[in-house]
Amino acid sequence: LSGVRSTVPGATTVETVSAYEHASGYNNYYEFGTDKTDPAAYAKTLKPRPWTVAVEGLVNKPGNYDIDSLLKLAPMEERIYRLRCVEGWSMVIPWVGYSLSALIRQVQPQGSAKYVEFVTLADPKQMPGLRSHVLDWPYVEGLRLDEAQHPLTLLAFGMYGEVLPPQNGAPLRLVVPWKYGFKSGKSLVKIRFTEQQPGTAWNRAAPQEYGFYSNVNPEVSHPRWSQATERRIGDEGGLLAKRRKTLMFNGYEPQVGQLYAGMDLRRWF
Amino acid sequence: MFVLGCLPAVWLFWAALNNHLGANPAEALIRSLGDWSLRFLVLVLAVTPLRELTGWSALARLRRMIGLFVFFYVCLHLLAYAWFDMGFEGVEIVADVVKRPFILVGMVSWVLLVALAATSFNRAIRILGARRWQALHRGVYMVAVLAVLHFFWMRSGKNDFADVAVYASLLGALLAWRLWRRFRLRARH
Repeated sequence: LSGVRSTVPGATTVETVSAYEHASGYNNYYEFGTDKTDPAAYAKTLKPRPWTVAVEGLVNKPGNYDIDSLLKLAPMEERIYRLRCVEGWSMVIPWVGYSLSALIRQVQPQGSAKYVEFVTLADPKQMPGLRSHVLDWPYVEGLRLDEAQHPLTLLAFGMYGEVLPPQNGAPLRLVVPWKYGFKSGKSLVKIRFTEQQPGTAWNRAAPQEYGFYSNVNPEVSHPRWSQATERRIGDEGGLLAKRRKTLMFNGYEPQVGQLYAGMDLRRWF
Repeated sequence: MFVLGCLPAVWLFWAALNNHLGANPAEALIRSLGDWSLRFLVLVLAVTPLRELTGWSALARLRRMIGLFVFFYVCLHLLAYAWFDMGFEGVEIVADVVKRPFILVGMVSWVLLVALAATSFNRAIRILGARRWQALHRGVYMVAVLAVLHFFWMRSGKNDFADVAVYASLLGALLAWRLWRRFRLRARH
């Protein structure tokens, strides 16, 4: 699965791309276990086809969208994004997909729609991790409508020029590069437009630790650790590689800063 | 026993040199050293119950060495954290200790272990007096409680307590055995 180089401002960082084995072998996908090597080990049971995504709520054109029609909805682009995990590590990943705004335009949100909720797959037959009660399944995430419409918000179908491997959220996932990684739901099955702010999985599990916004912010610590620095996975020097300074909005401040103008980011963390 | 106790450290050293620690070697090394600290702690607290249950008194001679291995792995765990996580930046480490209760708890148990290791030679018993020495070395029970708390807090971000429960129940059982024995001895008098 290939895409043309994106022309969206900020969408193609020139930093060294992380090794594919790291991007596909070290990540969080709790539906397959909580160790970062679990997804690669256990996600083979995920069946990415047939697949439909239900679009519901405050839109003029709700319905079930088949994966094949979604693949053809807009031209595929390659986007090279930094990914910053809330745990303090980061990678640089070349995704393939298109702006979520293309789908949003297609389904025509109504004037009353203010938020978008993303529901991900929760099938115990395909996902052994659902047996544990780490989180309330299904995993749900949400964005404000203007965040969802921002050109950098990506609906991804592939990475490294290939279709997404199961452990990275096949067959389609969200990538919101200026927010901590957990905001980007994997293996999406439902996109719902709402007037009220939707609940999110991590906010429900630990509201004092995870807010709705979860923008990358070096100045707002997690209650249990600092977010000022990060470890770039695969950095030269291995063990001895120095941690990097985390950038405001993960370095996407010029593109997305205006979405939060006037907001107290300590309160709306 | 000495050779066995060194094996995990040798293996980790080899793995670190040969890039066998996965995508995030610093995290893998720090966690693995923490795991080995916990394992040796369980082992050292199991010596006395095993000795009494089996009547094999030779076990008692291993206790000090295993205890020193706990100290050794905790020191490496702390060193790896200070070096690979914090880059030996003193100010950052102090800030981290204040910011993260689980780091503070870990530091406190390390300080306790320093006191135990420093008084682990025979003459220390005579210098301190057997009674005071024994009271000090009961501090290992405190270390066990703090170690479980440290591990629990570290894992609470993942809401995943399966491993914590294993160590908590092992260490809990070993401490409970001591309480039970004490109660039984007292009841006999």
